[in-house]
Amino acid sequence: MSLTGKDVADRLEALHLPHNIRETMRSELSSVELSEEQLEAIVSQVEEDYRHSMVEPCEAVGVVAAQSIGEPGTQMTMRTFHYAGVAEINVTLGLPRLIEIVDARKIPSTPTMTIRLTEEYAHDRDLAREVAWAIESTSLLHLGSIATDLAEMNVIIELNPSAMEQRKITVEEVADSLREETGLAVDQKDGSLVMAPEEPSYRDLLQLVEKIKKISLKGVEGIKRVVIRKEGEEYILYTEGSSLRKVMEFEGVSPGRTKTNNINEIGEVLGIEAARNAIINEATDTLREQGLSVDVRHIMLVADIMTVDGEVKQIGRHGVSGEKASVLARAAFEVTVNHILDAAVRGDVDDLKGVTENVIVGQPIQLGTGDVKLVARR
Amino acid sequence: MSKFAVKDHDLVPEHALLTPEEAEEVLKGYGIEAPQLPKIHVNDPAAKEIGAKVGDIVRILRRSPTAKQSVFYRLVID
Repeated sequence: MSLTGKDVADRLEALHLPHNIRETMRSELSSVELSEEQLEAIVSQVEEDYRHSMVEPCEAVGVVAAQSIGEPGTQMTMRTFHYAGVAEINVTLGLPRLIEIVDARKIPSTPTMTIRLTEEYAHDRDLAREVAWAIESTSLLHLGSIATDLAEMNVIIELNPSAMEQRKITVEEVADSLREETGLAVDQKDGSLVMAPEEPSYRDLLQLVEKIKKISLKGVEGIKRVVIRKEGEEYILYTEGSSLRKVMEFEGVSPGRTKTNNINEIGEVLGIEAARNAIINEATDTLREQGLSVDVRHIMLVADIMTVDGEVKQIGRHGVSGEKASVLARAAFEVTVNHILDAAVRGDVDDLKGVTENVIVGQPIQLGTGDVKLVARR
Repeated sequence: MSKFAVKDHDLVPEHALLTPEEAEEVLKGYGIEAPQLPKIHVNDPAAKEIGAKVGDIVRILRRSPTAKQSVFYRLVID
C-alpha cells in the first residue's frame, strides 16, 4: 500500500530537521510512490546523515571560526578602495573593512547607503534624479559662487539660476536659511545675495565666508554626494555619507530595501536582529569581493556573539574578550597587570572553567573529550 | 505615505511575542532559565513594534542562509 502525499508531508513536518532539508525531501518524495516502510527507511537514513554532519558536543566552534576567517584574512589586500560607478564614491573594502565590522566602530570610515526606489521612481531616470537631488545635501558652492568685496567689507553670493532650478530651491529660501544660520542680515540684489559681518574686520569677513560655505541649505545633512546607477532594470542611488532614518522618509524611496553600511545605525533604526543580518551581509560581501569564500556559519557565529546582549558589541577589549568571566583569561588577552590588580582588589575567584585559564595553570582544557565528566554510581 | 514599519524592512526578520505558556515550554525544551537566553532591549525598534515588555520572550523567525528558516528566542531586557 502506498502513502498519499499528505501522509508523507505530515511525517516530514514532524521531523526535527532544518527547514530546507524537509523542503528538499518533500519535493523529492512528492513524485514517487512510497510504502510506509520505504518512507521510514529514507527518514532514518536522512536523520542519521544529518546527525553525522552536526558539530559534535564540546567542539571549539569559536576557535574554528576565528581560524576560518583569519586565514583568508591574511590574503586580503592591506588597503583597498572601491569606486562605485563612474563618479567616485569611496568605499573601504578588504582587511580594513573587515576589522571595522568586527570592531563594531560607531561610524565606518566611509559611510555609504544603497537607496532603492519605489516601483514608480525606479524605472525613470528623471524621477530618480529628482530624488537624488532632494537627498543630496546642497551647499552654496553647488548653487553659485562666493566673492568678497574688501572695499565694502561684505560677501557677495552670486547664484546660478539654472542650478537653483535643478535643485528646486529659490533665492528667498537660500536667504532665509542663511539668516537663520548666521543671524546676520541678508540683502537681495538682482539675483545675488549680500552679507556683511557684524564688525567690519578682515578676519571676520573671511570667517563668514568659511561658515556659509558649510551651511546645508537643502537635503539630508551628512550626505555629501548621491550617484545614480542603473542595475538591471532599476535605477539605484549610492550615497557618500549615511542617514538611514531620514532617507527612508523621502518620497520615492523604497524604505524596506534601503540599506547603509553603518551597522550601528541599522541597530538603532531597525533593531538588533537587523544589525545581526547586516554584520553577516557586510562581512560576506567584503570577503567575496576579495575572491575569498568563508563558510557563512563562521560569520553567523561571529554575528551572533556580537549581538547576544541586545546591542552590537565589538570582538575585543571593550566587547566580547573584555567581558569574559575569568580573570586569567582576560589578563591573558590585553592589559594584564590592570586585570590582575583589579581582581586582587575585589577578591575575585576564578572557577577555571574556560580554556585559557586551564592552559595557564597547566590542567587539561575543558573542550572535546576534556569536557566529559565521569560520575560513579554506587 | 503611511508611516514606515520596521518589520517591513528586508533586514528585519519576523518577531512575535510568546504567551507565558509558550515561554515556559521553550525554556523547558532547552532546560534553561530565562536569563540564559540571548537578549533584546525593550526600546529595540523591532521589539517596540510588537509591544514587548521587560521579561517577555520574543520568538524570531530568521531567514537563515543554511537552514532557510530558523527559530531564535530573545529575552526582553531593560
